[in-house]
Amino acid sequence: MHALLVVSGLKKVYEGSGRRVEAVRDLTFTVEAGELVCLVGPSGCGKTTLLKCVGGLLAPTAGQVQLAGKPVSGPPPGMAFVFQEYGRSLFPWMRVGENVELPLKQKDLGKARRKELVADALESVGLSDAAGAYPWQLSGGMQQRVAIARALAYEPDVLLMDEPFAAVDAQTRADLEDLVRRLWRERGMTILFVTHDIDEAVYLGERVVVLSASPTVVQEQLKVDLPDERDQLHTRVAPRFAELRTHVYEQIQAAKRGTPQDAVPSDVRTDTPPPR
Amino acid sequence: MKGLNVALGAAGLTVFLALGEAVPRLGLVNEDFFPPTSRIASALGDELSDGAFWTALGDTLTGWAIGLAIAVGAGVVVGVLVSIVPYLREATASTIEFLRPIPSVALIPLAVLLYGTELRSVLLLVVYASFWQVLIQTLYGVQDVDPVAEETARSYGLGTWARVRHVLWPTALPYVMTGVRLAAAVALILAITAELVIGAPGLGQQIAVAQTSQAVPQMYALIVVAGVLGLLINVGARTVERRALAWHQSVRGEVTV
Amino acid sequence: MTRVLLRLFFVLALPAVLVAVWWTASSGSTDPFWPPLRTILKTFPDVWTADRLRTDVRPSIVRLLAGFATAAVVGVALGTVIGSYRRVRALCEPVLEFLRAVPPPVLVPVIMLFAGIGDTMKIVVIASGCVWPILLNTVEGVRAVDSVMLETARSYGITGVARLRSLVLRSASPQIFAGLRQALSIGIILMVISEMFAASNGIGFTVVQFQRSFAIPDMWTGILVLGLLGFLLSVVFQLVERRVLGWYHGLRASTRRSQ
Repeated sequence: MHALLVVSGLKKVYEGSGRRVEAVRDLTFTVEAGELVCLVGPSGCGKTTLLKCVGGLLAPTAGQVQLAGKPVSGPPPGMAFVFQEYGRSLFPWMRVGENVELPLKQKDLGKARRKELVADALESVGLSDAAGAYPWQLSGGMQQRVAIARALAYEPDVLLMDEPFAAVDAQTRADLEDLVRRLWRERGMTILFVTHDIDEAVYLGERVVVLSASPTVVQEQLKVDLPDERDQLHTRVAPRFAELRTHVYEQIQAAKRGTPQDAVPSDVRTDTPPPR
Repeated sequence: MKGLNVALGAAGLTVFLALGEAVPRLGLVNEDFFPPTSRIASALGDELSDGAFWTALGDTLTGWAIGLAIAVGAGVVVGVLVSIVPYLREATASTIEFLRPIPSVALIPLAVLLYGTELRSVLLLVVYASFWQVLIQTLYGVQDVDPVAEETARSYGLGTWARVRHVLWPTALPYVMTGVRLAAAVALILAITAELVIGAPGLGQQIAVAQTSQAVPQMYALIVVAGVLGLLINVGARTVERRALAWHQSVRGEVTV
Repeated sequence: MTRVLLRLFFVLALPAVLVAVWWTASSGSTDPFWPPLRTILKTFPDVWTADRLRTDVRPSIVRLLAGFATAAVVGVALGTVIGSYRRVRALCEPVLEFLRAVPPPVLVPVIMLFAGIGDTMKIVVIASGCVWPILLNTVEGVRAVDSVMLETARSYGITGVARLRSLVLRSASPQIFAGLRQALSIGIILMVISEMFAASNGIGFTVVQFQRSFAIPDMWTGILVLGLLGFLLSVVFQLVERRVLGWYHGLRASTRRSQ
């Protein structure tokens, strides 16, 4: 079966004022429909650059991104992006309901259907009561939920999340992580989740893609064989969780030291994740 | 990148001047009402070599400078007083809100009656208009004082004057500088307006004379001078503001409505 | 209840005191230029009759609003274009900086040359003075739209007119309103000056007529009317601004609170 999202040989080089920075060297991986894949890597390894290329917000220097077989050349209607800076992503002159509805106006849907989608999305994130409030009247966690609801209402094929919980406090982050997993299971969505938090990546993902330091390549992919039913309390103390996270941690440390290529067997860079 | 922007700006200016030359000559507009750039430039040259022009310029700048100084002094003093005397702020709020939008040009007939074409006519208008700019900005600045800093100063037993010097003034200073900048621009506008309408000596009066004697290129030349003057004042004020506040992280713009 | 009374006290106290001082200080006045306040107030209804309101006040206000509206449309339209494209902005910046530095009243003689002394002249004068703060503030506001918001709009395919309407102009509206407010003050000044210079009706024209014919109390009533007009327009503007920018005031208040 053809994977839903195919990233092949992605390369991004920034040029300007006499400097040439190779942020991303060669990224190749796939995401199947209905998967929850987490991308994790050392700081400054171009995670955001990569995600923006996948989302069509940045043009790659080389390589290609394909969504459902079609190449991505600009933000496609099948993708929704959730930014880290929720405060700057929601429009402060619109109420929550209007914010969620805005992208839907680009699709020919009709008013009734739009209202339906908005109400549905807000309910899924637990904010049905907040539709009439302004974003700045809500807490940080709630604002991010609104951003997620906006992405949900858009009914994308793939949801891209760029370190969405980096700017909220730990307890809120735990709630939001559970929210993402619940939405993923309820709606069967495909999610590509970028984070710098290793625990989060292992907790959330079905599969974790570990990135090397800049210039970035895929260092390793590993399958998270934890049970589907996860919760913050029990899963995080499970021995298997500890093993996986330790392994990812070691990989990232190795990446930071700059020993990605040598320490890892060559077959890891293929699409099929190695069984672990 | 910056070099390119400067080049573009210069190009824009050149195109503007070129259009100013071509459009009247091509007959697209009446040459008598819109003289070509070259004619304005030569009239400007004539003005610059005319003693009367420099006297007029001096008169305008005198009125501007004295008026601005009075306005800034009064604005700052009143602003600080209103802020440190308890309840004075609440008591004066309605008066300020009422007096502030009154157009200073309403005072023109009064100025004419009282002072005729003397310097004091000009000063009446300039001071009235500029004072509000400084006062309002000073009040904003005082409002911005960090209450924690104020409490700390008080708990260390600093008297009122010491608190003004060490807490109030440094916080308010950026706002005061903005007020001075705005006031400087307003002062020029009012000075020239007073000269134009009342006939007090200065650039404005020269423009009125040029208009009545139908010396159109002269009129434009004088307007260019007024514009350049305004530009120099704007740029100068902005530089002073920036230099004096190099240490202050100023995140507010002129957005305060 | 006491809070409301206290607030009312503060609002009225100083004005009441000032008026009382003016009244008493001028009551026995024989100075021709400073008639007693009582006289001025008595003359007021005689001068500003319903008839004069129609023949002088209304034309003035109409000219002001027409000039202001023209300046607003032109200023916002041009400002949006210039602010949206960095290169265009760099191209226009020196010229705009110069044009905006020209004191607006000096344009009256120039505009009189080709527009005569009728209503058109006044509207053109008002528009040409009002356009600068609106245009420059619009450029600033459009330029400073948050980059994350722009990317959000792009990621959801919000482009073109929708983007302008829902994002760019709304985001720039606080700055645009600041420009509109400055333009309003300039507009009033220009309205009065253009009428003082060359007119056959209008508030400015009337006040100058009184001054020239030494009808001093009448002149003072005219000054009061101008003051009132400035004040009323400012109040109306603030009411409109509070409604349109309610979200902005709320946002700033919540940011201040969280600091």
